[in-house]
Amino acid sequence: MKPSTRRRLFRGVLYAIFIAAVAAVVLLADWQAIQTNFLNPEVFSEQFPAIITTAAKNTVVYTVIAFIGGLLLGLTLALMKLSPVAPYRWVATIYIELFRGLPALLVIFGFAFAIPIAFQWRPPGGTAGAGLIALIIVSAAYMAETIRAGIEAVPAGQREAARSLGMNPGWTMVSVVLPQAVRIVTPPLTNELVILIKDTSLLFIAGMALSQRELTTFARDGVSQYANATPLVAAALMYLIITLPLTQLVARLEKRNNRSR
Amino acid sequence: MTEQSLRQDAPAIEVKDLCKNFGSNEVLKGIDFHVNQGEVVCVIGPSGSGKSTLLRCVNRLEEPTSGTILVEGVDITDPETDLDKIRTRIGMVFQQFNLFPHLNVLGNLTLAQQRAKRRGKAEAMDVARKNLEKVGLANRENAYPAQLSGGQQQRVAIARALSMNPDMMLFDEPTSALDPELVGDVLAVMRQLADEGMTMMVVTHEMGFAREVGDRVVFMDGGVVVEQGKPEDVLGNPQNERTKAFLSKVL
Ligand SMILES: Nc1ncnc2c1ncn2[C@@H]1O[C@H](COP(=O)(O)OP(=O)(O)O)[C@@H](O)[C@H]1O
Ligand SMILES: [Mg+2]
Repeated sequence: MKPSTRRRLFRGVLYAIFIAAVAAVVLLADWQAIQTNFLNPEVFSEQFPAIITTAAKNTVVYTVIAFIGGLLLGLTLALMKLSPVAPYRWVATIYIELFRGLPALLVIFGFAFAIPIAFQWRPPGGTAGAGLIALIIVSAAYMAETIRAGIEAVPAGQREAARSLGMNPGWTMVSVVLPQAVRIVTPPLTNELVILIKDTSLLFIAGMALSQRELTTFARDGVSQYANATPLVAAALMYLIITLPLTQLVARLEKRNNRSR
Repeated sequence: MTEQSLRQDAPAIEVKDLCKNFGSNEVLKGIDFHVNQGEVVCVIGPSGSGKSTLLRCVNRLEEPTSGTILVEGVDITDPETDLDKIRTRIGMVFQQFNLFPHLNVLGNLTLAQQRAKRRGKAEAMDVARKNLEKVGLANRENAYPAQLSGGQQQRVAIARALSMNPDMMLFDEPTSALDPELVGDVLAVMRQLADEGMTMMVVTHEMGFAREVGDRVVFMDGGVVVEQGKPEDVLGNPQNERTKAFLSKVL
């Protein structure tokens, strides 16, 4: 048998197995039950408009706050990690390793209760606000590593050219290095944004007032209220509507960056 | 801050017993070297002999291990010296041009004028345009580096350094990364600078340039200055065996 024939045969077998598996799932599934439990039209329409005006809105608001906060804190940590001052580097390294090594759920849970106790201060939004602070803290650890890698990817000659012209380290960073790093880190940071959108679902652990609920909490409440899983499907649709354009954007940005190099 | 004393009569660059190690690798082993004001000194030597390291020590892109470096009489190895200020007096041109790719030509020429010399935008643009004219690229002020040929990029890099109105210029193999047909334009600009009396330290493999434009040629090998003197002497009638061996390979 020729290698090309063998390859074609092998691929044919794979397709056959795949089709058989899909057919088995389709045939074995109880479509009646699936429809009444997951795709109930009445329950589905009951989700609106609150799923958009409250849940999706809160998911977006939490994501934006966590992303901007994480970006600023992450940039600070990245600069500390690249600093010639050793203690800055140590602090940044400990921070980054600590919060990347812990489950976000645990950190959110811990902060939601620890912040009000430790500081005798209730952040705006109560426990949900404290959970959001935790989300900023966790995302900053990931973004710091992305930003640091982006800064280091700018060729050393750029820094040297700026310094040889008499620009101080601050201006060199702001006017020469960071503008070039931004291009490099935009695709991975957009990826972090997509991850963050999904991670806002962890905020439920902090406990939320009705008006604070984001998509996942909203859907869980819907499931118990209607004893029906359709709200989960509605929430899933909302997540995809938000995340799919972003993942498409990442793909486009990556293609652009590859071309320009 | 005290004004750094500028000695008009001092050599532009004076290097005394300079040593530089990278880890256990001794790259410069006690260099004595100087460039007088208005002088064009060409540094030649085999690759790895420490030419770039010497040049980069002069504006402290490399940290010397020991020795002193005086720029216009100011000790730049003194921790009290304001390096950023000294660097505005020393123009540097790199082998790889190192233009800022996110800025157009005018942006490349005005950035440091505004950030390091605190010039206003209008003045910076004026200075930039004059220097672009000088290197023959007045019509490319809105181009981005990626849209320029290597020779054009290097001329922009020279204009960028000149826009700081430096007292001296350092060149590190400015034509080595260029296609042969583009070398001439860059050398012509450098020759013009020399004719105008600019103080220049030029690391180069262009022996023709060293012979015709250089006031002095310094041959380095293995981290020491082996031989130096008038171009016709060092290139035409070398005394040291290592110089002879090197020249027989490149000439
Ligand atoms: N940043 C550096 N780190 C370690 N070694 C270096 C560095 N820069 C230069 N060297 C070493 O110093 C030696 C001299 O390099 P260089 O000054 O670039 O020589 P040249 O310019 O004469 O070719 C080489 O052996 C090189 O490997
Ligand atoms: Mg070199």
